[in-house]
Order: sequence, then C-alpha cells, then structure tokens
Amino acid sequence: MDIKTVETPHVPVRYLEGGSGQPLVFLHGAGGATAVDPFLATLAGKYHVYAPLLPGYGDSRECPELRDMLDFTLHTWDVIEALGLKDPILVGHSMGGMIAAEMAAVAPHDVSRLGLIAPAGLWLDNHPIPDMFSTMPYEYPKLLFHNIEQGTALLTAGVALDDPEWLKGFLVTNARQLGMAGRILFPIPERGLLGRLYRIKAKTVLVWGDSDRLIVPAYAHAFKKAIRGAELVAIPEAGHMVTIEKPEQVLSALARLGT
Amino acid sequence: MKFTWFNLMPWPYLPDDFREKNRSVWVDIDQKLFDPVKSHEVYNTYLDLLEYADTLGFDGVGCNEHHQNGYGLMPSPNLIAAALTRRTKNAAIVVLGNSIALYNPPVRVAEEFAMLDCISGGRLVAGFPVGTSMDTNYCYGQIPSLTREKYQEAHDLIMRAWHEREPFAFNGRYNKLRHVNIWPRPIQQPNPPVHIPGGGSIETYDFCIDNTYSYSYLSFTGYIRAKALMQGYWDRVAARNTPDQSPYRAGFAQTICVADTDAEAQRLYEKHVLYFYNRCLHVYPGFADAPGYRTIKTIQSGALSQYAPPKGFDTLTWKDLTEGGHVIAGSPETVRQRMEELIKGLNVGNIFGLFHVGNMTKEKCMYSSKLFAEKVMPKLRNMFPDHANDDRFWCKPVANRAKPGSLPQEREVPALAGAQ
Repeated sequence: MDIKTVETPHVPVRYLEGGSGQPLVFLHGAGGATAVDPFLATLAGKYHVYAPLLPGYGDSRECPELRDMLDFTLHTWDVIEALGLKDPILVGHSMGGMIAAEMAAVAPHDVSRLGLIAPAGLWLDNHPIPDMFSTMPYEYPKLLFHNIEQGTALLTAGVALDDPEWLKGFLVTNARQLGMAGRILFPIPERGLLGRLYRIKAKTVLVWGDSDRLIVPAYAHAFKKAIRGAELVAIPEAGHMVTIEKPEQVLSALARLGT
Repeated sequence: MKFTWFNLMPWPYLPDDFREKNRSVWVDIDQKLFDPVKSHEVYNTYLDLLEYADTLGFDGVGCNEHHQNGYGLMPSPNLIAAALTRRTKNAAIVVLGNSIALYNPPVRVAEEFAMLDCISGGRLVAGFPVGTSMDTNYCYGQIPSLTREKYQEAHDLIMRAWHEREPFAFNGRYNKLRHVNIWPRPIQQPNPPVHIPGGGSIETYDFCIDNTYSYSYLSFTGYIRAKALMQGYWDRVAARNTPDQSPYRAGFAQTICVADTDAEAQRLYEKHVLYFYNRCLHVYPGFADAPGYRTIKTIQSGALSQYAPPKGFDTLTWKDLTEGGHVIAGSPETVRQRMEELIKGLNVGNIFGLFHVGNMTKEKCMYSSKLFAEKVMPKLRNMFPDHANDDRFWCKPVANRAKPGSLPQEREVPALAGAQ
C-alpha cells in the first residue's frame, strides 16, 4: 500500500492506497492502520482500496476542530469527495464501522454498498462493552482475539516497556490516536446511531467474529434488526480482530455486496 | 508564609488485605467497604479537626474534590467548606478546588464560591483544578481530549460572571447561556484569589503566570521529588519575563507529623502513614491517565516519567518515606529543619500541610497539629521578608465579620421585635 496525502477543508488527510478493481473505502478501527496491514493487502487483492487515517493517526496531522460524531461523519465525507470518489463500497471496522454507518445514515443516497465489520455505535445495557480506555495493553489480547496466544504475540512485537524513549513514543501515539477516538467512543461508544440506522438505504453486510469479546455478537443482531435488509455473516473462531484472524472470510463476506 | 491545614478525608476502615483483594482505591472501589453509619462519625471528626486547626492559628483550612475515592470523602468540597464557614473564625477557607469542567453550567461554581465568600466574610481561596483523569474522565465521563478546552471555557465563564455588572449572553461551545447574572457575587474584588492545582503540565504553568494565579503542586511524594517539577515552573516563570518570582506564586502539599522526638514520631505515626501510602494510594494504573487527557506537549517534555512514582508505594517503609521526603516527621526541630529545606528549595509561600494521615486517631492528629502550630510554625513565619507584603494570592476578609449564633436571647425577643 502507498501512503499519500489529500487536502480536505479542515486538515490534510493521510491515506493508504493500493490494488485495483472497484473503489473501496476502508475506515480503520481505534487501533489505526498501517501500510503493512495484512487485511488491507487482502482487500487490495480484489479492490482499489483507499484507507484514510483519522486525523492524529499514524503520522497524520491532528484536527482539534473535529469534536463530535457529526464532525467525524462529515469530515469523512469530505475525504471521499477530496479523493474524487462517488459511491465507493464503504467498509469500516469497529470505530470505522460506526463512522461508516453514520455516513450511510446521514447521506443514504450516496452509499449503495456498506460493509460493517464488528462496528461500534450501539449500546445494550445487558451487554456492556468493556472500557478499552482503562484497559491495560497487556489485557487487550483477550478482548480482541479468538486466539489469545497469537494475538499476544502480534501485539507485543516491538514493545520495549523498559525503554523510556519507546514509552514516551507509545504514550504520544496513544494520546494522539485514542485521544481522537475518545471523542466518539469515550466513555461509552454510543452517540445516538440507533435512532438514525433506519435511514440507511445501502445493501448492508454485517461481519462478526463469533468469539468477539469486545463487542459481543448480540450487537450484530441489534444492527441487523435496525438496518433494513442487512445480511449477517458470522465467522467462527474469530474475535473482534476478525480482519486479522480471518481476512479471507471477511473478504468473501464483503463479496456479497457485489460490485 | 501561609500554612493551610488540609484534610483529604480518607476512609479509615480499609481492611489489611485491601491491596491484595482490590484492584483500585479509586473509580471502581468496592461499595461494600463503605459504611454510611460509620461515616457519620468520620465526617464529624474530620470537621472537628479542621475547626480545631482554626483555633491553633493556621492561616487556612483546606478541602478538595475527589469522586469514588477511598482516600477522599469529599465529592463536594463546597459542602465541607460551607460547614467550615460557620464554625471557623479566622482561617481562610481554601477550596482546592472545584473541578470546573464537571459543573453544568459552571456558573454553579461562580455562585457557590460567591456564597462561601459571602457567608465567610471574604475568607475564600478559590481553587480550579482540571481534575485528575480518575475523577474527570473515568468517574464523571468527560471526554479526555476535550477536557482542557471545556475547563478553559468554564474558567472564562466563571471569571466573567464574577466581574461583569450587567447580565450578559455567553455563547460557548459547551455552555450556551442567554442570561448570565449571578446573584450573589463574591465579597472579594475583583475575585477571590485563585490557586490552580497542577501536576507538571506546561499549559498550567502558563495559565497561572498569565492570570496571576498561584500554582499548587499537590503531590504525595514529598518535597525532594518535587524539586524537578517546581524548578520547571520557576524556569517557566523566568522565561516568560514574569515581573517577580514571589514564592506566593506557588504552593506545595506535604505530609507532616510532629511528636516530641523523632523516635516518638515513628512510634505514633508509622502505622497511619503506611496505611495511607500502602492502601489509600493503591490505584489501578489503567485509571491513571486516559489517552488524550495529557497534552502531547506535556508527554513530550518527559515530565510524566520523571515525576511519577516509578512503581507505586507498595514497598515503601517508614524509613523510605521519611528519608525520601514523602513525609516530614519527627521532633519539632527536625520538622522545622526539613520544612525550611522544603520552603527554600521549592521557593513556595503556600504550604498545604497534610496533618491527618490515613487512619490516624483524632488524638494523635490534634497532638501533631498543636506541636506544629506552637513549635514549628512560628519559626517559619518570616522565611520571605522581601515578599511579606505580597497579598495577591491570599484572601482579604472584611474587618467586621458576623458571629454565628448571634440571635438575641429568646426572652428579649418580644421587646426587640417591637411587640407590646
């Protein structure tokens, strides 16, 4: 994937681009995305992928003016316009799914194919979503992965907690990225989406890991119920990071959106 | 020098195995450990001790705001302050302070502080902390990366509410108010003195310098470890061409225990000090610092790794705590020497003395406080003769203050009322 920059009214936006085929915009989760993201590579095998980074993610510039859900939603529409795209396949994972769903609800005539991979955005009192902001990094794997051991290996690669410079870099990245994510996810990742989902006109595919312990599959059913005609693809032996654990199966699920 | 007698109001009944069986004293502390009936006695004892400090001649009595916290029973410091306005005579009422990003709308703070100032006859010292991440983000749900912007707006609104003499409209991002017109307003003009508790953010240094507010470092780790942070503040004061380096531009919180001898201090206070440092400060690290709560600039300055206690207080002993300066304890002479080191070393004119520590009994607390007031405080009074007249950072009470309980005798009432 190449990393490029596009100007938008608020801020220059960094985005990853690669592959060929139908244009597909992928919105990353709170963990962000990088040029070596294996899931993006999988998508790029079939689509022309554009994956914009939310301001503050990676090396992109922060944008203090984006404060609430509407700001995030319209900003991401600005990015699509700046990229010169019209009705791309719109896919988002977790926080990115929340933004994608909002975009499709706000502008239902501009999105005809919507892929939501374990999206955030709803809240069920019987299934409180764990507070990722107060979760210590060593506790992430059991919330994010079906295979906790592999997840741990993935998340701890390159970690050097004893090195103060590394730690400082880690804290800065966290403050930039999760500080931004917190504007729509903290302290509860719900900003009224449920009341707007009825507006979505896109053909919608929901993709969920069966062993998602962060946003449990009960949420898949809540989304399915609220979005007219949505299809749900449940993927066994995959957690919240179903994109990492079962990329090929996510790809085939998205194929249901057609071209 | 200004000495404020401060009480964090810790819950004194945390079990011996608290640390082993609980992940945090703060935010998600076990509800079952709080006993409302026992708290009746605890609150009243703590208020009695604050009132006693006033009779000992302390310049101020202090309280602060914490939420869902086993070492701070004051979610509303203004309630404690209100009780103190009535039962203290001379001491400043030092509220350090109200976390103004949490009040909706923040004119509530302008009003309550004004009430406290009016009831106390101008004895209020007003504190405006951003609030810890535990309180502000995790307990009260404020979005971490917007907390400072909201704080700033709340500050601007409160100051305008205190200063303006006509109703005004306030079109903020977080507060839309068409008619701001607080009633009452404070006695102290243009506003009560303001102290800002901070923990090493450069933005907070600048905020204090720009507004002539006193910067308070409320640490539990003592004066030796505070040196780097306070030096950072004074360097900033110098770099910003501030007209003076008055020590009253700064304050520091210090745990202090006095007895007849050093050995007696250990015998009397050790277990209470260890209770505080080992149980009360047991905070789950995930609650310490929500991402986005600190600014990038502050993290990059390296302040946090430098000032934070590296691995909690778990392994600290009386010797570690006293030698490390977390606690200044000993005979009046030992305490005087170390306080002098603190005051000169940090260049601070405002001392917030933590005299009630952990689960200390009221008798021990009274004993220690009285020794300090009588044998230590007088010798430290005149540490900064060059700045003796700097009254910018302390309250200015009215001369003739009302006496609580001054209604006439019942038998005199009919005549005084003009009844036949």
